[in-house]
Amino acid sequence: MSWSEKILRVDLGAGTCTSEPLNMEWAQDYMGQRGLATKYLVEETDPNVDPFSPDNKMIIATGPLTGTIAPTSGRWSVVCKSPLTGAIACSNSGGFFGGELKNAGWDMIIFEGKSDTPVYLDITNDKAELKDASDLWGKSVWETETTLRERRGDNDVRVASIGLAGENGVLYAAVVNDMDRAAGRSGVGAVMGSKNLKAMVVRGTVGVKVKDPMAMMKTSNTAKEILAENAITGEGLPTHGTQVLMNVINELGALPTRNGHDVQFEGAHDISAEAMAEPRESDGEANLVSNAACFNCPISCQRRSKIDPSHFTVKDKPEYQMVSGGLEYEAAWALGAACGVKDLDAVTYANFVCNEQGLDPITLGSTLGAAMDLYAAGAITSDDTGGHELTFGNTEVFVAMVDATAKGEGFGKELGQGSKRLCAKYGHPEFSMTVKGQEFPAYDPRAIQGMGLGYATSNRGACHLRAYTVSSEVLGIGGKTDPLVTEGKAGLVKAFQDLTAAVDSSGTCVFTTFALTGDDIAPMIDAACEGDWGVERLNEVGERIWNMERQYNIAAGFTGADDTLPERMLKDIAKTGSAKGSVNRLDEMLPEYYQVRGWDESGVPTQDTLSRLSL
Amino acid sequence: MVLKITLKLFAGLSEYLPDGAHQNAVEVVLDREQSISQVIEQFKVPAEKAHLVLVNGVYCAPSDRDQNKLKEGDILAIWPPVAGG
Repeated sequence: MSWSEKILRVDLGAGTCTSEPLNMEWAQDYMGQRGLATKYLVEETDPNVDPFSPDNKMIIATGPLTGTIAPTSGRWSVVCKSPLTGAIACSNSGGFFGGELKNAGWDMIIFEGKSDTPVYLDITNDKAELKDASDLWGKSVWETETTLRERRGDNDVRVASIGLAGENGVLYAAVVNDMDRAAGRSGVGAVMGSKNLKAMVVRGTVGVKVKDPMAMMKTSNTAKEILAENAITGEGLPTHGTQVLMNVINELGALPTRNGHDVQFEGAHDISAEAMAEPRESDGEANLVSNAACFNCPISCQRRSKIDPSHFTVKDKPEYQMVSGGLEYEAAWALGAACGVKDLDAVTYANFVCNEQGLDPITLGSTLGAAMDLYAAGAITSDDTGGHELTFGNTEVFVAMVDATAKGEGFGKELGQGSKRLCAKYGHPEFSMTVKGQEFPAYDPRAIQGMGLGYATSNRGACHLRAYTVSSEVLGIGGKTDPLVTEGKAGLVKAFQDLTAAVDSSGTCVFTTFALTGDDIAPMIDAACEGDWGVERLNEVGERIWNMERQYNIAAGFTGADDTLPERMLKDIAKTGSAKGSVNRLDEMLPEYYQVRGWDESGVPTQDTLSRLSL
Repeated sequence: MVLKITLKLFAGLSEYLPDGAHQNAVEVVLDREQSISQVIEQFKVPAEKAHLVLVNGVYCAPSDRDQNKLKEGDILAIWPPVAGG
């Protein structure tokens, strides 16, 4: 139990929806969500498949705890081959869609093939059918969700959809649910668009059965108490959100600024959590209106924001003058510091557009930063950008480029291909701040050594959420380590990667790990699911998932040479801050990382490691 | 010995900033050489809330705060327990 033990297989070419049993043997080895969906992808697809081919499958997956009373149990994932990276894509979202899908009785949906015409999937419990979406094609996420909600006449339905970015093949298009929650990274929305699938709408009233209800209540309540009493999950995140990190990371000198030329941004405070809470000079209102929570989440880290109606971005656009999903740290960094933009409402507007049309704000901001770098170097001119002076910090042009990218117009089409392709086209591949083709997030690897190793070895390309060593290297959660030291980081990164893979496969949010340990999480899984689930097993499952993803990437053509960082991080020293004079010393960490992973010198898992993990 | 430092208090600690602070920062004059702990006490920041302490961006462990003295021009930045993603 806890698994619904049921998969919905949707053949988009044939237009059929079929129920089939979940492979419970695999569920015991890969748990759910990220791990189990990847197992299905590995078994059912060729790693060398063209990501936009009908043969690339897209899997929507919940975890065993999704939809249960376990705290933060609203998580779900999209798994497929990424069009941005060519590597495994697993993008995780919150909101309410995942819990609703699980409560409709489905562990996963496997989409295969491609529809000839636009369709959406309509689910009410065990009834699922594909419906015509011709009238929705060309609509934004916001319009699509509103229309489908009205069409169903049921305010309790949950919707996940793509906007124009997914339809237009923007390589970092997101799947957005509940208006502003997103499976944002690696271009999963573009794969959805390539299948002519506009949306999924779901209503679920079946419920989720657990193995031992009393134990489930007890363990979940214990976890909720820990989360409530913890200073971070009970106070810091609800009050300030993830954006509280803007000033922390800037003070440290680890805020990648102007495409990584600097590590501190003079405008950091203007786009920080503290600034969001301050009344604006213009209208006396604060950007931040309130916080909000995903399904069954006691942390409530979401931001709800409102832009000054007289701000140039929205003054003639009433549809953006409402309260909507506000800035998280990663979005504020990418759309702010990475581009040298310090206008909080302009950055918030760009984030609204990302939600509205389904774009990953990290890759969008980083790509814009790279384009500004190309402009500064003279590699592109205003002839390329439609007459725009694409300089760092030019807020009006920044906003125009965000709009152009969302709509697929002019130079926005090129920005929609991500920084790797853009920089290669204009002769400066070294300007792309990517690993395996995916833009890295808001922590400069020169000042946080372990994050550099985490980016370099992340299976989905650069990512902070695969091994959030910032917890240890900066914030001192669970023991402080020195961010400038490389010693011990290999083991630290591996430990984070393995536990995170397990949490990502459980159906709960990785933010719980700021307060909960494996000793708190495992008992909830054990109460909910068949099998004995302890901490050791969680780590073993996490390690198995990590190695499975690695094997997929190797089969897709990646090698140890791809476990690297942009040259700028390895050769250009940090100019200021605590790491002044430093570069990332990846070469000191990577060989040891391969060793602790049980991989050979070229980064390939040894036969012993694969056997140990039953791979 | 009089020396000037910049004190920055963020997130839930901003209420402890003295008048005149701008963007969570204020220049303060210390009338003698003081340790980090002494400054934290002087501005009535509850010690248990002074979780993350950076001096010129460099982390200062709780065990070092009694003996580490602040120098002219230092930037002392303090946060309660925070995290993000």
